[in-house]
Formats: sequence, C-alpha cells, structure tokens
Amino acid sequence: MSSKVSLIVKREYLTRVRKKSFIIMSALGPLLFAALLIMPALLANIEDKEVRNIAVIDESLVLTSYSSGKPVSVIPETEYLKFTALEDVALETLKDNFSSTGYYAVLYIPPNIFSSERAILYSDKQPSLDVSSHIRSSIKKEIENLKLMANDIENLEQILREIETNIKVSSIKWTRGGEEKKSNTGLVMGIGYASGLMIYMFIFIYGSMVMRGVIEEKSSRIVEVIVSSVRPFQLMMGKIIGVGLVGLTQFVIWVVFTGVLVTGATMVMGTTLQQGAPIEQLQGTDLFGESGAAGAVEEFAGDDEFLSDILGAFESVEPVKILVAFLFFFLFGYLMYGSLFAIIGSAVDNETETQQFMLPVTLPLILGIILMANVMNNPDGPLAFWFSMFPLTSPVVMMVRMPFDVPAWEIALSAFLLIITILGAIWMAGKIYRTGILMYGKKITYKELWKWLNYKN
Amino acid sequence: MDLLTTRDVIKDFQGHRALHNVSISVPKGSIFGLLGPNGAGKTTLIRIINQITAPDSGTVTFDGKPLQRDDVYRIGYLPEERGLYKKMKVGEQSLYLAQLKGLSLAEAKKRLNYWFEKFEIKSWWNKKVEELSKGMQQKIQFITTVLHEPELLIFDEPFSGFDPINVNLLKNEILQLRENGATIIFSTHNMSSVEELCDYISLINESKTILDGPVAEIRKQFSSDIISVGFEGDTETVRSKLNKQFEILEIRENGIGKEARIKLYPGARPNELITDLAALTTIHSYNEVIPGMNDIFIQVVESDSAKNSKRKAS
Repeated sequence: MSSKVSLIVKREYLTRVRKKSFIIMSALGPLLFAALLIMPALLANIEDKEVRNIAVIDESLVLTSYSSGKPVSVIPETEYLKFTALEDVALETLKDNFSSTGYYAVLYIPPNIFSSERAILYSDKQPSLDVSSHIRSSIKKEIENLKLMANDIENLEQILREIETNIKVSSIKWTRGGEEKKSNTGLVMGIGYASGLMIYMFIFIYGSMVMRGVIEEKSSRIVEVIVSSVRPFQLMMGKIIGVGLVGLTQFVIWVVFTGVLVTGATMVMGTTLQQGAPIEQLQGTDLFGESGAAGAVEEFAGDDEFLSDILGAFESVEPVKILVAFLFFFLFGYLMYGSLFAIIGSAVDNETETQQFMLPVTLPLILGIILMANVMNNPDGPLAFWFSMFPLTSPVVMMVRMPFDVPAWEIALSAFLLIITILGAIWMAGKIYRTGILMYGKKITYKELWKWLNYKN
Repeated sequence: MDLLTTRDVIKDFQGHRALHNVSISVPKGSIFGLLGPNGAGKTTLIRIINQITAPDSGTVTFDGKPLQRDDVYRIGYLPEERGLYKKMKVGEQSLYLAQLKGLSLAEAKKRLNYWFEKFEIKSWWNKKVEELSKGMQQKIQFITTVLHEPELLIFDEPFSGFDPINVNLLKNEILQLRENGATIIFSTHNMSSVEELCDYISLINESKTILDGPVAEIRKQFSSDIISVGFEGDTETVRSKLNKQFEILEIRENGIGKEARIKLYPGARPNELITDLAALTTIHSYNEVIPGMNDIFIQVVESDSAKNSKRKAS
C-alpha cells in the first residue's frame, strides 16, 4: 500500500519539478527577493554619487557669508551637494537659460525670509527628498540661530554647540523571563505581512495545482486505469503529498538561493556600501554645520547602533520559531486546502467548470488577506484571536500574528483545531473524490456532492 | 472450473439500482462476453470486479476465494473510458503503470522491451503521449493492460478507435492470451466480434441478467428451424408441392439461382424437405439459419424492456 503511494508521490513530484515553469520560478523567485532586499541600498548608492550644484539667489542676504571676500552660502555643502551663491543675477535670467547653466536647481531666498519662512527651490525636475530636506533643515537651523543672536546672548555660539542633541527612541520588550529585548515594530510588521502573504500564495498556488492535476487525470481518462491498481484515496493522497513536496522544494530553493544571492551581493558591494556610509548621515535631518568631521564620527557610531538595533529586533522575533511555524502552517494549511481543491477537481470535467465551486474555498483564504491590516493593528485583539483559531483562516492570520509573540497555548489550540479540520477535510475529500473521478459529462451541483459524500464505498 | 463468479450482486446508487441480483460465472481459460445496452450496469459490474467500487450485497469469488485487495495484481483492466497522461513520455508512463500493477522496475523494463519490439514501436519510447495518434495510444494501453500477465483480463470495448488492421492484430493477441491460459471478460456492442471470440456470454438489461450461457448453446436455443435452400427449378411448383408440410417464408432470385427460406413445423424432419425438394429441383445449397448474436440481442432486450415497462405501468 505505502509503496504504491510513494510511487504516485514520486511521479507527481518528478513530473512537476522537471517542468520548465518550475525551473523558471525557482530561478526568478530568489532573483526577485534578492533584488527587493538589495535594490534600495544599491539605488541610494548610485543616486548620490552624482554631484549636484545648486545656485543660490539670496535676496535676504542673511544666508550668505562674505568673510572670505566672495559670497558663500551658509548652507553646508556635502560630498554630493554643492551650493554656489550668485550675486546680481536675476532669477528670470537663470530661468531662461537654466538647462545651459548646468545647475541642478536654483534656490531662491526672498528678502522677507524671517517672516515668510519660505524659500523656493526651482528646477526642471522634481528635486529629491534628500536635497530638499537638507536645504530645509539647514535654513531652519540658520534662521533659528539668527533669531537667537538677535537676543544678544553671551557665548551664544558655544551654547548652541553644546545644546546640539540627537534623540533616538529604541523600544525594548519585556519578556516573561524578565529579559529585555530590543524590538522594532516596523520589522515585526514586515515579517508578519511577508509570512502571511507567503502562506496565502503557497496554499493558493499548490492547492490549485492539486485541482488541475485531478482534472488532468479525469479529462485524459487515465483515472479509471489507475484506480484499477490503487485505491482512489491512495491516488488522491499521493497527489496531494507529491504536490506539497514540490511546494516545499520551491520554498527551500527560494530561501537558500535568496540567502546566497544577498550574502554574495553584500560581499561584492561591501566596499561601495562603506563608501556610501557618509551619505546616510546626509539623509538624516540633523547635520552639524561646520563641525562636519566630528559630527560624521558621531553619526557613524549612531548608524552602528541602529544596525545592532535591527539585528536585536530580528533576534527578538525569533526567526527559528517563525520558520517552524511557517512550515507547519504551510504544510497543514496546504493539506486542508489541497483536499478541498481535490474535491473541486474531482467534481468537474474541465477547468472552466471550476468557477462555481472555487468561491467558497477561496473566500476564507482571501478573507485572511483582507484581515491582515486589522490583525496587524491589534495582534492580540478578539478579531485576530478568533480568525487565528478558525481553521480556514488560521494559517494566514496566525502567521501574521506570529512575530508579535503569540501565547503558546493559542498557537497550540490553533494547530490542534487545524489538524482536526484537516482530518475531516481529507475524509470528506476521499469520499467525494472516489465518486467524482469516475463521473463524466454530468453537471454537478452541491446537492450531488452531498449525495456522493453519503455513498457507501 | 470458474475463475470468477459473482453471486446476487446488488448495487444501488441514490434512487437508482444499478445491479439487481447479478450472478455471472466466468470459466477459467474462456472468453466471456459481458453484453447489454448502454446503461444496463455492465460498467458497474466491471468496476466491482476491479474493486473500484464495492457491491452493496452479494459476493464476488476469484479463483475459489472471496475477492481480495491483492487480486488487483492478477487482473488487467482496459476500461472503455481510457487514456494516458498526455505530457508524459511513453516509456516512463508504461513503467509507472507497470509498477502500480506490482512489477519491479527491472521486470517491467524487460517485459516492455519484449512488447515494444513485438509491436515494432521501440521508437516511441521517448515520445510524449500527445505526439501519438489515438490508435498508437491504444496500443500502449493494451500493452500496459497485459504486461503484468494477469490471470483475468477485462476489456471494455477494446476495438473502439482501431482501424481494421489493428482490430485484427488485437483479436489475434486476445486469442493468443487465452491460448496462454488467461481468462478474458470482453464487453462490447460489436456482436460479430462476440460470435467470433466469445465462448460464453451474459446479457444484462436494466440491471438484471436476462440471458447467459455458452454462445453455441444460446444460438441453438434461438434457432427458429428455418432452412435456407438454394435451388434451380420452378418457383410455383415448389410452392404448391411443399405448402402443406412446410411453411414457405419466401422464395427469391439471387442472381445465381433461387433461394427459399422455409420454416420447419415442430416435429418435421429436415431430411423430408431435402427429399421432397430434390424430386422437384436441383439443390445447390442447404443451410440451417442460425440467428446471429445481433438478432438475439435485439430480440431479448426488446422483449425484456417491453415486459418491464408494462410491469411498471400497471
């Protein structure tokens, strides 16, 4: 008996992993994921390599220093951002031949900057956020300083330097064991979203693969030949297990190759990223004016801390636990939906007829996805609790909750309910399947399915 | 000795009785025709024998013992609704089906090699099934059905989709299989092939067996004492002289001479007809008209259905 099931599993598995589509998906998946992980860093790097020159027309004159004889804008320049203070140049002239000047943008500071609190950045393209936020914060700081100076405070410059502060908020989670763990809400939510979506995707893809397999056997009329050698139940389980293993293989390939790609990419780009590090501080809103060098060192330390924050937070969500939970809810959620999809496949003659039965099966799956945002907002609320117990939604919803540290008893109860339901679903599928696969050319209704369920052997 | 018997098999589907007390006995080494109009219950009976479905009541005995799960290895089944995995290669698929029937991989390879050589189709081994014509696919299906050398073979409409040359090839293979000791259940609507191949038949109509036994006996049983005589002579003389002792059904010219169909009255002796005719004409041929299975099928089924509908109506 078991040798026959393993024969079937082997066929189902091998015919699918040898398919071009599987090989393409295996290659594209990791590339896509790696790109998603690496791209932002890479893009930030590439973008800021370009040196941008910004012309400054300062009609207020307060933001221009003449200490060196020539006018210099007080807005601090960075490695990739230069400011050129222009005198006696009309805005209109610049506007007319802007493209030939080579400037990235023109910053216009009106005479009444103190009261209007508004400067204008002209450009023929949308200036990047980094650029405008750097300008904004620099002007803001300068104007604030000027306003303070108007009050005739002694040693003002020294005071200003001393009050320079940079506040970060780290959140620390108290665990039951009394340990303190660094946590990061963004990361936790990201993992919740990602794993919920992945579960949904895997169940959907591989569940409907089971359905199509059953339809293929029915429509090619091989099924009666096969059930004269094996029991219909063995055929069904062989297919569900075989396809499940294909899904698992795909998952492992994705995880391993994404890991390899990301590690490889970071190693290759390691040096460029290091060079890029000072840019990170440029992007931060707090710049240190003239004391650039000292500030950079401090910033660098801050970056390091941020990195360890992320790593700490990642440890706090317990990746191993998440991975184990993912495999559990993927496999069991798939088993349940796989047998429901097998029922659909056995009831119809071809794929176009599946529509009427698809809705009740896919609805709870989609519901899980719709509820994701709500669950995320209140991962311990009643909505999150009940839908992570209800077996048809629990694989998706529980995975969304998982990074938020769900009590063990809730996970256990959810798993228990899921397993009970799976047994019921497989039993039901077995009964309907064995009648359905031998039924051709008949329009099947739910009433008919109910009859099949009650047939004796 | 019977290889397979069913006793009083009943199978109900919701609101519909598919088989009602069906008993058949399939003698070892015979070709057994399972006949009946569409929807009579043949396929249900065949599925019960293949353990695809189980009877509600009644027994199935295989080789002297109640039918067991492992008997599927001793049965080969070519269903009417048959096919192969279209995307799978011929060789791989044949090996898979053979292994499902309990053959080891090595044994399956050896035997497939033999059959593929015999049918001269070795070049198909690495082709996908969808590249083959329907007739070619049928050959593969035949091979995978007989490959595990089952003691009982069940062919449901085996000739559908074959051209006459391949039908002949298949007929010879089936006869060869019987020669080698296999027992064959053969379900078809093609009555001439029943006459040609079957030793026994069982005719099912509206879920009941209405006729069974050896083909030769059944045909004799249905013989209507009609004699066909070919002769040369005067039609009117024959009519007037023979009219009293025999019922002359018809006399017609058939190009070569004349042919008369004459029915013997109960108790009449065929030899008298010959002597009487010989005195009047030159006899070319003399044959007892034995009804074909086709006529018997139609006659029996129609009268049974009429009886059933009359009973239902009253």
